[in-house]
Amino acid sequence: MKAQNRRTFLKTAAVAGTVAAGLGTSKAKAAPMNILSPNRMGVLIDTTVCVGCRNCEWACKTAHDLPSEPLSTYGDRSVFAQMRRPDDGALTVVNEYGNPKNKDLPINVKVQCMHCDHPACVSACIVGAFTKQENGTVLWDSDMCIGCRYCMAACPFQIPAFEYHKAIQPEIRKCDFCIQRTSKGELPACVSICPVEALTYGPREELVRVARDRIKANPDRYVNHVYGEYEVGGTSWMYMAGREFADLQFPNLGTNPAPGVSEAIQHGIFAYFMPPVALYAILGAIMWMTKDRKEEGL
Amino acid sequence: MHAYMKPTPLKAKFFTPGVIVLCVLALNGLVFLAGRFFFGIGAVTNLNNQYPWGLWIAFDVAAGVALAAGGFTTAALGHILHREDFHVVLRPALLTAMLGYTFVAVGVFVDIGRWYFIWHPLIMWNGSSALFEVGICVMIYMTVLYIEFIPMVTERFIGRVNLPGVLKFLNRPLDALLRVMDRGLGKTMFIFIIAGVVLSTLHQSSLGTLMVIAGPKMHPLWQTPVLPLLFLLSAIAVGFPMVIFESMIASRSFKMKPEMDVLSRLAGFVAPVLGVYLAFKLGDMFIRETFVYLQELTTESVMWTIEVVVGVIVPLRMFLSRAVLRSPVLLFIAAMLVIFGVALNRLNNFIVAYTPSYSFSSYFPSIGEISVSVGFVSLLVLMYRAYVMIFPIISLPDSSAAPKTKYAIRGGK
Repeated sequence: MKAQNRRTFLKTAAVAGTVAAGLGTSKAKAAPMNILSPNRMGVLIDTTVCVGCRNCEWACKTAHDLPSEPLSTYGDRSVFAQMRRPDDGALTVVNEYGNPKNKDLPINVKVQCMHCDHPACVSACIVGAFTKQENGTVLWDSDMCIGCRYCMAACPFQIPAFEYHKAIQPEIRKCDFCIQRTSKGELPACVSICPVEALTYGPREELVRVARDRIKANPDRYVNHVYGEYEVGGTSWMYMAGREFADLQFPNLGTNPAPGVSEAIQHGIFAYFMPPVALYAILGAIMWMTKDRKEEGL
Repeated sequence: MHAYMKPTPLKAKFFTPGVIVLCVLALNGLVFLAGRFFFGIGAVTNLNNQYPWGLWIAFDVAAGVALAAGGFTTAALGHILHREDFHVVLRPALLTAMLGYTFVAVGVFVDIGRWYFIWHPLIMWNGSSALFEVGICVMIYMTVLYIEFIPMVTERFIGRVNLPGVLKFLNRPLDALLRVMDRGLGKTMFIFIIAGVVLSTLHQSSLGTLMVIAGPKMHPLWQTPVLPLLFLLSAIAVGFPMVIFESMIASRSFKMKPEMDVLSRLAGFVAPVLGVYLAFKLGDMFIRETFVYLQELTTESVMWTIEVVVGVIVPLRMFLSRAVLRSPVLLFIAAMLVIFGVALNRLNNFIVAYTPSYSFSSYFPSIGEISVSVGFVSLLVLMYRAYVMIFPIISLPDSSAAPKTKYAIRGGK
């Protein structure tokens, strides 16, 4: 009697194991595209050159079919009174900060998605709707997104914005590096419109070299720090400034990739499905061994 | 020793003054919920681009999953360790877990912007996402819970399927289906029971991994790489107090004597687990030296202190006392404190600790968010009441045939 019971148990357990193994193999390809190409492009933003004309804000809205005031109204500098952040209606905004070196030359900082080399949003997204493209773009896919907003909780630069007042098909909005334009060989809209060439578009490696050369040539003009060169493992968009970045409200982040520990934990728990399967086996063994407890007890 | 306990559908009047209050609260929640579906999440919540997650994720989902932990902890005790002496709590705990997870799923459903794409994670996988793992595990576990509940349906309705009018022709096939399920599950239930425990440990801990990726946006008092372990331990710790809490409420509501004999033995397991949880929480604090943040008087330090002192240390001391374990009132209070502590921990992790680098105002849940959450809890309690009156869940003293509460690892009967 007992032997037969045991056989049935083993048989059923074997079936369960096969099912679990089946799950495991199909899981192997479960990762969104996350390419770190050596030829990825980037943009270098020189805040010491930017004059705060905000033409880039207009160009960005126009390129992305977002409602916008006419370009002539963008000269209004009163918007700088308050710090602004990108949102679902503006994928990039320019803020203004005081300049201790020269009161008449305020520092303007353009804010948009940094297009991280190791993006937290790509790692976090529940359905893998974010991808890191070969050209450096961190791209969001509307067809996959379920609107859970985990990307917003994960992003160290607090960039993704959500359409909170849309009941159907609300979107996550952030800078898409003008992938429509760059794939046709055009410059990103903001880079192309900038009248003072504060933005430089090019291969990221080259941009780092350019930035380092500029700092070497003008050590009085710049702080010796290219923001984004190493932050959270490097970003495609990088900044140069004449004032400490912390004073310009740049977050103080380490050099470890943003997803860091979280991915290590995740992959640790699911290393080839071993831990869950092992736990299943142990519990099954305990259940088998203690099964006579009732008979003994009664 | 004492009369044999047999799960029986309870007989009572469904509508009492308390039930009517719950109905009103549930309706109120549904009204605000309608606003969310017609005008978007922004219309009823205080969420914004700085605070993407609020009360619905922190309470309905995170706290909800933790408080439904009674399901897997009792299943481990009763079915895997075969502690038959606890069988009277197994079905109520299973029902709470089943309803709890159902409302977790509903909570996720209303919080995500594109609720009609909630099935996407089933076919679009991201193995590095903690949220993906939580989502998949919760989906599978909820299915497992419903399967574990089937024996209560078969027990109640085999030979008693009696559909009225035009549906009459379905009576015989339905009865046959119930019998097939009953036979099949009798042999295979152990697979689901073990799976339920494994899935629970996985997603209870991964719920802790969720906020790790928020990095410096989370206050150091809570942000730690051992968050998954803390979440798992606190979920295990809150499992039995939750069973004690709901068992006593149900006894009171249906005017029965509380099962003090079983409950105080169950309560004996709480102190060790709670102690281990506290040890890890404080150990982590000393290793990372985050106690420095307690020196300043901030919302974070106050909330952390309340969470740990009122929600862990006080109930830990209470559960260590024999007098508390024997007194229904004190045991109830102790259980409630643990529940409070763990629920507050989840709220702290997801709301209080979250400080975005750029914020224009701090987040506090709106009337709409609170109404919806309260409405869901009310609905859950109402459904619990209805279920224990329809299905054999709660055990009453009975000398007749023994119930089927044990799913042994064996083939035939």
